Amino acid sequence: MIRLTVNSGAKVFDGDPEMPLLWYLRDVIGTDGTKFGCGAGLCGACTVHVNGRAARACQTRMQTLEGKSVTTIEGLSPQGNHPLQAAWIELEVPQCGYCQSGQIMQAAALLKDKPRPTDRDIEQAMQGNICRCGTYQRIRAAIKRAAGGKA
Amino acid sequence: MKSTKSAATKATATNSVSLVNRRGFLGTMFSAGAFVLAARVPVFAQSAAGDYPVDQAAWHPSVYLGLEPDGTVLIVAHRSEMGTGIKTSLPAVAAEELDADWKRVKIVQAVGNEKYGSQDTDGSKSIREFYQPLREAGAAARLMLERAAAANWNVPASECRVKNHAVAHEKSGRTADFRELVALAAKQPVPNADELKFKPESEYRYVGKPVQTADLKDIVTGHGSFGQDARVPGMVYASIERAPVFGSTVKSFDDSQAKKVPGVSQTATIPAYAPPYGFQALGGVAVIADNTWAALRGRGKLSVEWNQSEHAAHDSVAYRKLLEETVLKPGRVERNEGDVDKAFASAAKTHEAAYYVPQLAHAPMEPPAAVASFENGKVTLWAPTQNPQAVQDTVAKALGIKKEDVVCHVTLLGGGFGRKSKPDYCAEAAILSKQIGKPVKVVWSREDDLHFDYFHSVAAMYLKAAVDEKGRPTAWLGRSAYPPIGSQNDVKARYGGLGMMGWADVPWEIPNLRTENGEAEAHTRIGWLRSVGNVFHAFGVHSFVDELAAQAGRDRVEYLLELIGSPREIELRPQETRNRPNPYPLDTARVKRVLEMVADKSGWAKKKSGNGHGFGVAVHRSFLTYVASVVEVEVDAKGNIRIPRVDTVVDAGKVVNFERATAQFEGAAVFGTSLTMMSQITSANGMIQQGNFHQYRVARMSEAPLQTNITILKNDAPPAGIGEPGVPPIAPAICNAIFAATGKRIRELPIQKS
Repeated sequence: MIRLTVNSGAKVFDGDPEMPLLWYLRDVIGTDGTKFGCGAGLCGACTVHVNGRAARACQTRMQTLEGKSVTTIEGLSPQGNHPLQAAWIELEVPQCGYCQSGQIMQAAALLKDKPRPTDRDIEQAMQGNICRCGTYQRIRAAIKRAAGGKA
Repeated sequence: MKSTKSAATKATATNSVSLVNRRGFLGTMFSAGAFVLAARVPVFAQSAAGDYPVDQAAWHPSVYLGLEPDGTVLIVAHRSEMGTGIKTSLPAVAAEELDADWKRVKIVQAVGNEKYGSQDTDGSKSIREFYQPLREAGAAARLMLERAAAANWNVPASECRVKNHAVAHEKSGRTADFRELVALAAKQPVPNADELKFKPESEYRYVGKPVQTADLKDIVTGHGSFGQDARVPGMVYASIERAPVFGSTVKSFDDSQAKKVPGVSQTATIPAYAPPYGFQALGGVAVIADNTWAALRGRGKLSVEWNQSEHAAHDSVAYRKLLEETVLKPGRVERNEGDVDKAFASAAKTHEAAYYVPQLAHAPMEPPAAVASFENGKVTLWAPTQNPQAVQDTVAKALGIKKEDVVCHVTLLGGGFGRKSKPDYCAEAAILSKQIGKPVKVVWSREDDLHFDYFHSVAAMYLKAAVDEKGRPTAWLGRSAYPPIGSQNDVKARYGGLGMMGWADVPWEIPNLRTENGEAEAHTRIGWLRSVGNVFHAFGVHSFVDELAAQAGRDRVEYLLELIGSPREIELRPQETRNRPNPYPLDTARVKRVLEMVADKSGWAKKKSGNGHGFGVAVHRSFLTYVASVVEVEVDAKGNIRIPRVDTVVDAGKVVNFERATAQFEGAAVFGTSLTMMSQITSANGMIQQGNFHQYRVARMSEAPLQTNITILKNDAPPAGIGEPGVPPIAPAICNAIFAATGKRIRELPIQKS
């Protein structure tokens, strides 16, 4: 029996303790804003926050989550207006949109650590998140915009 | 503007949607009392080369637009949204002509139905083929509303005018909102095309203007509904073990360990495809479970023995040799002007080079997935598909039912790039649902996606030119060989046949010019990838002209402008279609214009290359769009390459959505960077050797161009392609820049070998 919170809601899980958080979120509780892209921690599409830090849901086993707090894209901001989400809309970052939950969650963790990230900080933090449509230029600009810069 | 969920994919969805009900097909979309406009849609056919729309005057009755009793305008998005913005752009065309208030427009994603005309969202042709039909749909509705108001007020229709979701009669000062006219307008006869009048461009509010993209808010809050997110009640999950070697079939399997995995309920076999492979399910053994994780784990514990396949010896190293030998021999002639052989025989100087581009995978971020629910001889699917009508055809054939009994809902696509126009994964879901009697979701892993893609062809190219004393070409010979996309439907297919994609359609003014296509046999499934044959052809052609310019010691832009030569239209259509007007001639003036403009925008004349810093240029026309790119590279002492800047200039004719078009060309620079720098699929012993993103590498943030500047010309020429034509110039421009920076000529991709 594993007790955890997901987007501030208390959850109890008694399934396979080795199940990755990704499939718990998607298939068990239907929180499918967290996307499946590679299953191997290589693309970042499944990025969520565990106790406030960015984590790949596909590489996070349920057995490691006892007492932990998970935040997904759905829980990032109650109204969906986190500064990153606002900047993402303003700069029309997404193309297909599939990787963007992971991109935003990764960027949100970055801004928590470094509210005014440099280009290098952004590149380092975002390097694990692939966007096959190639929206990197706008992701970079939107992170700066959300951080209060001009971008 | 509101947008409906792209499909009924959330838990509340039912699978009871049927194609035919009391009110007919439209009853599933419009509520009772809605006024539904039946417009007529011209459907253009494409030549085999995929480049020339030929007006076949085939008219299909269809439906794109309706008004709800509350005045909400429903506009059908019949093409698939995979990131191009088409779900927004085409409805905006209809809303424009109707002069609807965008906030009162609701976009509805269509299910597959031939009534809409082609829904095959590839070939960069959605705007090209449907700009006019959507314009007519909007204009026809406007006219009917005006006539309805006129009849009601007993005034001449010519005095009534739609303005922002209402009809106004200026003389009397009367106005009526659309909602007041819905019932009356529905009684008006549908006007003929020749009665329609279109808005003057000066009054445009949406076309060519900023319009917010549908689904944007849903996407950034995690509520966008993709195929991988589709879910219906009672659904089970399937992961399928397919043959590691293309063409093998299941000999036997042991599922006893798989069934012990908690959550696994059963296994099921999917019969092997019957050649040619087409869009059929490949076949294999499926593990069915109550969640994806259990299905994946169970699959890992399957033990399958496979029969031998004729492709078991396929090896990329040996195959490359074969292709390279092929292009040294004469092939099938595609274009032949002057006398190339004679010119070579008498030439003072010739130059030749061979180029190679490996097999590539699409690797959309969303691996293929589909939900199918089979019930009472009919099946409903929810899938991220570029072509829901192909889903209908493929699934109907696989299940032995009528295609009218296949309903395909189109979800958002997490990338497509051509992969998702092949609905093999939808057939898998349908076959399994029928077999086990439950709704089934088939989930492809990333490994599945890379192992069982419809790969972009590997290609070898050979180019030879004779040059005069000033280094200008007097003769040009190009030979390319690559396994054919035609192998999808013909086991005997040997010729790739993509000459009109960047090989035979070069815009050079050279008196003697011949291109040929050599034979090649397919040993994997082959499919089109974003920009198709242009990927490798553009790399070969534009690298080769850069070599010629380098040998002549000439400025590249000046050399290219001379090579393109006089302003003229090059007629490349097949003989039999030349009696019809060509709306899209290859216009060398437009080629030169984008080249001159990109030189200007990038500050080309002031750029100095050398010492690890260089600039490269390429100009290429594909999907009827003219594109020139200048790429800047930095190469450090260790050979690490960075791309600080790309400048791209685009002439795509009339553009509906500049913002989304700009995004497409930004993305194309990254897509082109991936295939230039690091992407490659190889086979050994018939098996694909890349399984995930550590082996099939694509550009990450630091590897992508840092700054990409896009200029899209305003132009009244007929609309051309947007999604694909940005890709082809990137690879040669990067490699030409590397040559300028370092003196090292790249003749094979990718640059990073592992």
